[in-house]
Amino acid sequence: MSLDQIRNFSIVAHIDHGKSTLADRILEVTQTLTQREMREQVLDSMELERERGITIKAQAVTVAWKGHVLNLIDTPGHVDFTYEVSRALQACEGALLLVDAAQGAQAQTLANAYLAIENDLEIVPVVNKIDLPSADPDAAAGEISELIGDTPDHVLRISAKTGEGVEDVLDAIVERIPPPHGDPAAPGRALVFDSSYDQYRGVVAFVRVVDGEFRPRQGLRAMAQGTEFETEELGVFAPDRSPRERLYAGEVGYVITGLKDVSRLKVGDTLTHAAKPALEPLPGYKDVKPTVFAGLYPTDSDEYPELRDALDKLKLNDASLFYEPETSQALGFGFRCGFLGLLHMEIVRERLEREFDLDLLVTAPNVAYRVRTKAGEEVEVHNPADFPREVEEVEEPYIRATTIVPKEHVGAVMELNTERRGRFDHMEYLSEERVLLQYDLPLGDVVYDYYDQLKSRTKGYASFDYDVIGFRPGDLVRVDIMLAAEPVDALSIIVHRDSAYGRGRALVDRLRKEIPRQMFDVPVQAAIGSRIIARETIKAKRKDVLAKCYGGDITRKRKLIERQKKGKKRMKQVGTVEVPQEAFLAVLDLDGERR
Amino acid sequence: MSGVRHLYLHLPFCAHRCGYCDFVTLVGRRGEHGAYVDALLRELELERGLLAPRLETVFLGGGTPTYTEAAALRRLLAALPDADEVTVEANPETVTPELAAGLRAGGVNRVSLGAQSFRPALLDVLERRAGPDAVRRAFVILREAGFDNLSLDLLYGIPGQRASDLDADLEAALALAPEHVSYYELEAKPGTRFTHAHGGELAGQAEAMEGYFERVVETLVDAGFRWYETANFSRPGREARHNLGYWLGRDYLGLGIGAVSTVGARRWRNAPQLAAYVAALAGGEAPARELEVLDAGTKARERLMLGLRLDRPLRFGDVAAAIEPDGLARVERLGLAERRNGDLVLTRRGRYLGGAVTAELMA
Repeated sequence: MSLDQIRNFSIVAHIDHGKSTLADRILEVTQTLTQREMREQVLDSMELERERGITIKAQAVTVAWKGHVLNLIDTPGHVDFTYEVSRALQACEGALLLVDAAQGAQAQTLANAYLAIENDLEIVPVVNKIDLPSADPDAAAGEISELIGDTPDHVLRISAKTGEGVEDVLDAIVERIPPPHGDPAAPGRALVFDSSYDQYRGVVAFVRVVDGEFRPRQGLRAMAQGTEFETEELGVFAPDRSPRERLYAGEVGYVITGLKDVSRLKVGDTLTHAAKPALEPLPGYKDVKPTVFAGLYPTDSDEYPELRDALDKLKLNDASLFYEPETSQALGFGFRCGFLGLLHMEIVRERLEREFDLDLLVTAPNVAYRVRTKAGEEVEVHNPADFPREVEEVEEPYIRATTIVPKEHVGAVMELNTERRGRFDHMEYLSEERVLLQYDLPLGDVVYDYYDQLKSRTKGYASFDYDVIGFRPGDLVRVDIMLAAEPVDALSIIVHRDSAYGRGRALVDRLRKEIPRQMFDVPVQAAIGSRIIARETIKAKRKDVLAKCYGGDITRKRKLIERQKKGKKRMKQVGTVEVPQEAFLAVLDLDGERR
Repeated sequence: MSGVRHLYLHLPFCAHRCGYCDFVTLVGRRGEHGAYVDALLRELELERGLLAPRLETVFLGGGTPTYTEAAALRRLLAALPDADEVTVEANPETVTPELAAGLRAGGVNRVSLGAQSFRPALLDVLERRAGPDAVRRAFVILREAGFDNLSLDLLYGIPGQRASDLDADLEAALALAPEHVSYYELEAKPGTRFTHAHGGELAGQAEAMEGYFERVVETLVDAGFRWYETANFSRPGREARHNLGYWLGRDYLGLGIGAVSTVGARRWRNAPQLAAYVAALAGGEAPARELEVLDAGTKARERLMLGLRLDRPLRFGDVAAAIEPDGLARVERLGLAERRNGDLVLTRRGRYLGGAVTAELMA
């Protein structure tokens, strides 16, 4: 097949703007799958993905349309996976920019659209859901053409749900998106834009062949990491894996590597032939580092081995997940985990709970800090409990945050960003109604409750996206929480000096409410170093008796006491204080803290 | 020493089921009282072999034993074995001079009167039929009939009860000069009609009612009562000997629907269904029972739990097997319990926290 007949594209869209529905419709219209074979939204294959309506891992599918081969590369749809999105986009020559006719462009759509433009992709703007009564296709078309510097008449108007206009989309892909270019005669180069783990066959790389050709049983090398392996099988997605004898320049497909560990073949790496390697890898490989950290502990400490096994299994499919064993005085044995962002954290947590049936306790998330101690030592801190007490200088990660809101909520967003130590960068009107705001914000202040605040203060109308832009110095302090004068390591937080008092106060109040009264007074304190900044007392119980106990009650009352005893054994002992698991859960639950 | 010396008989009938009640009770059914008493007496005959030749105590509980149809009650009393202490529970509205005389004639020498409160509004909340005056009148009738051992049952923690209400109840109770007072915290059990109606209010006033228990204890102790059990107070020598039997871990035989017996390592509970109970005994069979076998460890834990309710010292050696050393060290350090000459004794605060202390101590 000649390169001229191939089109590689992806779909950039906000959650719920209809990406999966459009993908389904494309499979149907091109008769890749009969209707009977269609599962709802084939591409989002993980249960969690279907439920949340987001794509966690990239997928690909090959369809045929009017003598052309179209490869749809589905990108992860969230801010945490920007790097993965950029790699998936690099595998394409064009992108559909899909926008809901009722809602208009969202921050995340915009970020990914700009990412696509930066990668020199041809953008095909599409307004979806024109069948909705609330649709305003003209406004949405005006808005996106403004954003990407196109004209509104170039914007396709469709309903993926009814199928209206879907054939036009396919035609536009063929007409507007350029065919891939690449050198079929050059040494082989293929971009790894994602990978998954197959229980029986090991790591499966999703690739876009850029130069040369690839065959089964060939020695390959990943150029950035140096990993070598022999190809067991390769092929295309139709939509299930379908083996082939060759993958040529311009094509999209998979390579079964036989590797047993996804971390040995990372997204963005370049595959080449071990025997006759290319001189240069493809540009853009990054070793992605986690930005958000949290401690994960089993609610029942006996489940520690299960948690370890579950993390090992998740890691097979998720090279970006980082974890190492950690011990907390208050919570016992667990793991300090690193994530690409808050959503990534949520997904990992939910998968652990759902797919592995674990009950987890997750500490408040924090970011990585670069600390120079008074002794002149430089350390990177991922856990507040490791934050040195004597610091010379601290640097924290900053993000460039883009928010799009209706103009009446601009004030609310500015207020929130200012509270979170944001620095205004710029603002622009996307249309008469909607405004784009850009701020630099410390990520540490975004992982704490920012999304919920943004959502509630803008009544859900804001959309948000960010890029990590580097480390900057910050006046940060470690706040410790003490119960009966014993520090509770799991509750230490790192905050800006100005919000230390408020956060300390909130934690202390929450603990006072959540920890049941003991047989003695329990002081609850928040402290910076040895300075107490907030204090409450959980007053001792004055009465705890079973009202009555006669001949007929003895068995039942004995069981009550035995149960009380068992409950005590389940509690976490912090010094002399018994803290029920639920109290930790409640305190670590940020929503609850705000309430 | 052989044979059980404490006998309990359950008389389940009531004129009305109060909202907070969780006992085995049946409303009305006056036509069935006679048959039930017959069945009770048959069960007594079946189990008589377990009893000692001379009983220490007999206790008629309910329900409202004094609501039982008069002839049936008379027949029951007449057939009961003699004992040093024979107690009947009574509700004020059932107490008449005739009833009092009948009880005396039947060998009853102690009456436990269900007063609960002397505040009309609180009695309404509890759905009690008798008002404060009826309570006082009943008390006087019993005294005039010659009862020199009377107990009042009272409740604290009633929805809407202010501290001044509690003080007024304590004063009214003391004014009657009873020999014995039982003072319970109202238990609002989840899922009951009462909790449905009043649970929210109770939760709201929990903090305000925190000190009520201490107030009850202090007031009664100041008035010369001995706080001899968690919820029970008596004039010297006037403890409820029947109940003391439970708390000292003695064997007891319980007859009637829902009644529990404990003899040695065996505990059984009669099924609570009236018709099945009557039918079984009419056929000469024992009623359906749920059996529990008490191993040595369970016995020791019960001994600890019950013993700690009393103000008398508990021999440490008797309960050592049921005690966790760390827990003991903890409650000692907190000043809640002490070991004195081989005895385990709770301090005053330890008794206020008796349930928690027991859980702490229990192995």
